[in-house]
Amino acid sequence: MDQLAVSSKPMGDAAISPGGRTRAIKRSTKKQLYGYLFLAPWLIGFFVLTAGPLFASLYYSFTDFDLLTSSNWVGLSNYTEMFTEDDRYFTSLKVTLTYVVFSVPLSLAFSLLVAMVLNQKLAGMSFYRSVYYLPSLLGGSVSIAILWRQVFGGDGIVNRALAAIGIDGPSWISSPDYALDTLIVLHVWQFGAAMIIFLAGLRQIPQDLYDAAAVDGAGLLSKFARITVPMLSPVVFFNLVLGIIGAFKAFTPAYIVSGGSGGPLDATLFYTLYLYQKAFTSFEMGYASAMAWILLLIIAFFTTLTFVSGKYWVHYGD
Amino acid sequence: MSTTARIRPARLAPRLLMHAGLIAGAIVMLYPLLWMVSSSVKPNNQIFTDLSLWPRELRLENYSDGWSGIGVSFRTFFLNSFVISTLSVIGNVLSCSITAYAFARLEFRFKSFWFAVMLMTLMLPLHVLLVPQYVLFRNFGWLDSILPLTVPNFLATDAFFIFLIVQFIRGLPRELDQAAEMDGASPWQVYWQIIVPLCVPALVTTAIFTFIWSWNDFLSQLIYLNSVDNYTVSLGLRLFLDSVGVSSWGPMLAMSTLALIPVFVLFLLFQRLLVEGIATTGLKG
Repeated sequence: MDQLAVSSKPMGDAAISPGGRTRAIKRSTKKQLYGYLFLAPWLIGFFVLTAGPLFASLYYSFTDFDLLTSSNWVGLSNYTEMFTEDDRYFTSLKVTLTYVVFSVPLSLAFSLLVAMVLNQKLAGMSFYRSVYYLPSLLGGSVSIAILWRQVFGGDGIVNRALAAIGIDGPSWISSPDYALDTLIVLHVWQFGAAMIIFLAGLRQIPQDLYDAAAVDGAGLLSKFARITVPMLSPVVFFNLVLGIIGAFKAFTPAYIVSGGSGGPLDATLFYTLYLYQKAFTSFEMGYASAMAWILLLIIAFFTTLTFVSGKYWVHYGD
Repeated sequence: MSTTARIRPARLAPRLLMHAGLIAGAIVMLYPLLWMVSSSVKPNNQIFTDLSLWPRELRLENYSDGWSGIGVSFRTFFLNSFVISTLSVIGNVLSCSITAYAFARLEFRFKSFWFAVMLMTLMLPLHVLLVPQYVLFRNFGWLDSILPLTVPNFLATDAFFIFLIVQFIRGLPRELDQAAEMDGASPWQVYWQIIVPLCVPALVTTAIFTFIWSWNDFLSQLIYLNSVDNYTVSLGLRLFLDSVGVSSWGPMLAMSTLALIPVFVLFLLFQRLLVEGIATTGLKG
């Protein structure tokens, strides 16, 4: 970080010409002032709403803070309780990891596949693009979660379609075995935003690469493996990081589908939902803060893992 | 020439296959939405029995029943949502563009440090801030008001949009603001008279996404709004589901459909900008 800070210095010095040193200095201090003046709203927001709360929540996580009575320092006991006594905590961790592990790669695969098809200069491309993109704008809303409750309900449209081919489907939403799957499907249904990013990435790949490969007799598969994948890897990487962070944050569908409980039998007890219950239903805010910090560490771990592994598979051009 | 003539029919088949696949996919993607709209005008007993999307019997009363179905009218919820989303848009457009201008064009100490910090907040899960922010706003006496949902937007807390506008400003020719500076324009004038007008596409993208995200928001509204008179559409729908629930799917789906309309209209009007907005921020990330 310090290195980054130093790098802006030479630019400031360069503005000082031997002729009008004082004037230049005056102008440059004025510029400094303006810089911080324009940055002020963000700086206030950063300190008051981000940095301050970040440290406050770290502090709360070592207390039994409950909003109403005075809080006591309890050391690590929130953390030890989480990992040794709280079964629901483990359930929420398992539910969320399952959700992330299935929904992120599935929606990446779908978005890449559809983007590659749409990149074929087909007629009506922009129509298809709009249709596939629309669900990702609507998907996070309460309306769609309510709709999902119906679509995968006992007599919902999924079961009606299955009945047409002679299968008697369960009530997906209220079955502990399938409730989470319906939320994964909901996540994958919203692959459109990632698809748009892939589509823009595919456009950036120079056509000559494919032409040259065709001259050398490369087939479809080897073109995909040797040109598309490496050239697109930064975009895959970007979508992967965004996808992981987004999936960990999911809250609305689980809340609406389970009526806020995380049920049936905690099958949809997302980490964020359990955190919400702890903080705002039972007001165990110290405990919730400890949970939030573990979530932060988990997301940081996965993001770092993606970044580190990226050195081996992300190709940033020559 | 003869080779291309021979290739063409062979290429037609895969192309048709792709269209068939894309159309099938589009139907699967859109079917739940279309089903929702059609069910919203069906009588309750036909929602689950009538397979066709085209309602045999129109029951528009679903809309009027739903509108006033839970004591407080959905008019209140829509108004509240519109006020919150509009204020969020104004806040985000102003504060994020000012911040982005500082990062993209002004020179000041520790700029790269602050820029890196700003980028890091992009990755921060908001849940870590939930409890302390709640305590903070509670101490301000802001609970059960729109302030916790709108004031943060005026302090550029949405780093995503700062980044989007920074990328856009970096693409603008520097000569324009340099010429203005030569003529003695202050940074404020450069920002307001040159950068802002040129940034309109990025600002519109910011405005639309802010509106949609704030409209679809649920978690923070759930935490901060307690009295039904202050409820937004998201909270109104949840209340509807809890109080009337399964017994009246028609009105329930009618209100859910209405709730999607503002987002859908924005999508129809601005889809090109939305698509470009995602594509550019995504690529340059």
